[in-house]
Amino acid sequence: MQDSPVYLDHNATTPMRPAAIDAMSGVLGLTGNPSSVHSFGRNARKLLDQARGAVADLVGADPAEVVFTSGGSEANDLALNGLSHQELPLTVIASAGEHDSVRKAAPQTIFVPLTGDGRIDLSALEGLLASQAEPALVSVMLANNETGVVQPLCDVVDLAHAAGALVHCDGVQASGKLAMDFAALEVDLLSLSAHKFGGPQGVGALVVRSGLDLKAQHRGGGQERNRRAGTENLPGIVGFGAAAATAEEVLAAQPCLALLRDDMEARLAQVAPEVVFFGRQSERLANTSCFALPGVRAETQLMALDLAGVAVSAGSACSSGKVAPSHVLKAMGAEDDLAGAALRVSLGWQTSEAEVDRLVEAWIAFYNRSRAA
Amino acid sequence: MADKQADRPIYLDYQATTPSDPRVMEAMLPYLSRQFGNPHSIQHTIGLKAEAAVEKARGQVADLINAESREVIFTSGATEANNLAIKGVAAFQKGRRGHAIVAVTEHKCVLESYHRLEREGWRVTYLPVSSKGLLDMKALTTALDEDTALVSVMAVNNEIGVIQPLDEIGALCREKKAAFHCDAAQAAGKIPLDVEAAKIDLLSISGHKLYGPMGIGALYVRRRPRVRLEPLFDGGGQERGLRSGTLPLFLCVGFGEACALAQADRASEGTRLAALSARLWSGLTAELDGLSVNGDQDRRFAGNLNISFAGVDAEALIKAMPEIAVSTGSACTSASVEPSYVLQALNLEEERTRSALRIGLGRFSTAEEIDRAVAIIVRAVTDLRGRAGRDGNSADGSQAAE
Repeated sequence: MQDSPVYLDHNATTPMRPAAIDAMSGVLGLTGNPSSVHSFGRNARKLLDQARGAVADLVGADPAEVVFTSGGSEANDLALNGLSHQELPLTVIASAGEHDSVRKAAPQTIFVPLTGDGRIDLSALEGLLASQAEPALVSVMLANNETGVVQPLCDVVDLAHAAGALVHCDGVQASGKLAMDFAALEVDLLSLSAHKFGGPQGVGALVVRSGLDLKAQHRGGGQERNRRAGTENLPGIVGFGAAAATAEEVLAAQPCLALLRDDMEARLAQVAPEVVFFGRQSERLANTSCFALPGVRAETQLMALDLAGVAVSAGSACSSGKVAPSHVLKAMGAEDDLAGAALRVSLGWQTSEAEVDRLVEAWIAFYNRSRAA
Repeated sequence: MADKQADRPIYLDYQATTPSDPRVMEAMLPYLSRQFGNPHSIQHTIGLKAEAAVEKARGQVADLINAESREVIFTSGATEANNLAIKGVAAFQKGRRGHAIVAVTEHKCVLESYHRLEREGWRVTYLPVSSKGLLDMKALTTALDEDTALVSVMAVNNEIGVIQPLDEIGALCREKKAAFHCDAAQAAGKIPLDVEAAKIDLLSISGHKLYGPMGIGALYVRRRPRVRLEPLFDGGGQERGLRSGTLPLFLCVGFGEACALAQADRASEGTRLAALSARLWSGLTAELDGLSVNGDQDRRFAGNLNISFAGVDAEALIKAMPEIAVSTGSACTSASVEPSYVLQALNLEEERTRSALRIGLGRFSTAEEIDRAVAIIVRAVTDLRGRAGRDGNSADGSQAAE
């Protein structure tokens, strides 16, 4: 009675939404380079512009502010390296819980600690900003990929702008899961990824406030208004647009996911009171839960769950091959042992109650076995 | 439905982009829905299956160029691969060597990367080409020295289709221990490529130029002797630390399949394209005078014909033929009105440069399409020349004929 596997690792990647698959299937067979001036090229350009409009609408931006990239990592790199002040790169100030693509983007990044509840330490940020002689670029994510904790972006923006700094927001994990309005957020740069909310892998975007002089990092044919060279990934971008156009369905699913997640956490805590939940006191993405069973390595738990047909992860997928404990949890004050015992469960818009039950049952069975041993 | 097909313009711009092969799409479709997964989530079965699919694709790309799987780095396309090769080697070699060499007819993304090196203080030699578009080997020999870190010469030119003597270039570079970077975006899957035989150290490939998907490409990075380079951007440390970011599973699968198909069909497809190209050329020259091929007649990829039509402005010619999709040159720059820098590098008369049309043939071109295209081009050229004659300014035009 082998049931089909249960996938609860949606923050790593989530299946494409039917609307995106349909839109892409129609375009994969199309001929045309959007930069060509003949009818094939113009047709491709039209589809590209439509998708740009849909992505702009998703975040309340102007289509001209949207620069398509190969994904979230490239968007983050472009944001952090594409701006300069008097020919010199800006000093980057980032929270210690940022994704590696932000943490490693600029050589001399200054890190702001996290508080125990997973949020950026605002008073530390204020102090750092006050000590900067030159204009800085502050990079803070909208929601953390490992804990789901939503960052106090309005406060970050107020502090940064008051100090004359620009703000980049890594919205990759929040893409399509949190309602966002580029204008209302008042950030200067916003990174998005398609495959985190039902679009295809291999495509993302950097939203660049109009008026900012952003320099391309990949040089060449001058595509994307000279901000990102390379033939546009037309089917990917069309799939991104279709996912964006139907994102309200993903948004509408979030309150139900929060109920499923909260119920799951309550059941685990009831059986195993020693379980530590990360960021549970903070506002979080509705689909994400991060918890540790003290004394039991994450790999051991993952293996048991995988054998039971349940896929979750220990932290972010990029580093899942490595054994180093999560830098996010460590920044929240967790010791190496505890951080190394943490699992991330992330639900998708299509996740059912029965699937969450499978996880809870498999984990509790493992827990009871390990206690008996 | 059949009528609709006949109404569609004939696509003869295969160097700008190639349509995805239906077999490639078939291979990709399951990965758009059922077979999803993050290839880096190797802690669970779904991620492991995704990883296995990516590794199969990596092997297919490697086979096409006689490389090892682990020497292939997936990128978002050839532009990124070229940027990574050039800036990556330069970043690593900074302080060790300070000279780099590039041919003047390279793709814009290669030249732009070299301009960047120059601004960073590198000594850059821009190598000229002959009037047939072939690299000046003497100039290369002279330019190469112990300080040369990197040499970039493309395999097949995107505008004039000329094939450069890769084996000779590779041997010269190896002698001086300079890394040989070859942009093979237009060549991969079209002509035989062997990174071992040609001693190529870095080679860029594009998915959408070989009937695979847009949004993916690869950089071959030699392991023995090892080529050292720095990544363009950091992050999760994927692709041996050289290229961070989640690998797009379905694009990798489609790209791999496209490479496998291209390799299986390459010899027969080459023969077929050569016949179509000859048919096009003889069809045009039977009806029109004053035609000349730009770039070497023999050392060229059969799917490219760059032809000057004496006395005719190429832009006007393209406008006069909405039934066929051709271009004056690279798509990236096709919106600009400047004359092609590739043709200018051949030192042709300006008139010949202005009258040049790039015709690209490919896997889905048929003899019937070629015959229709010939008729359309002949009619348009005759018409434009007749009009120019009536306006009394054809003097320079007729002289330019060979």
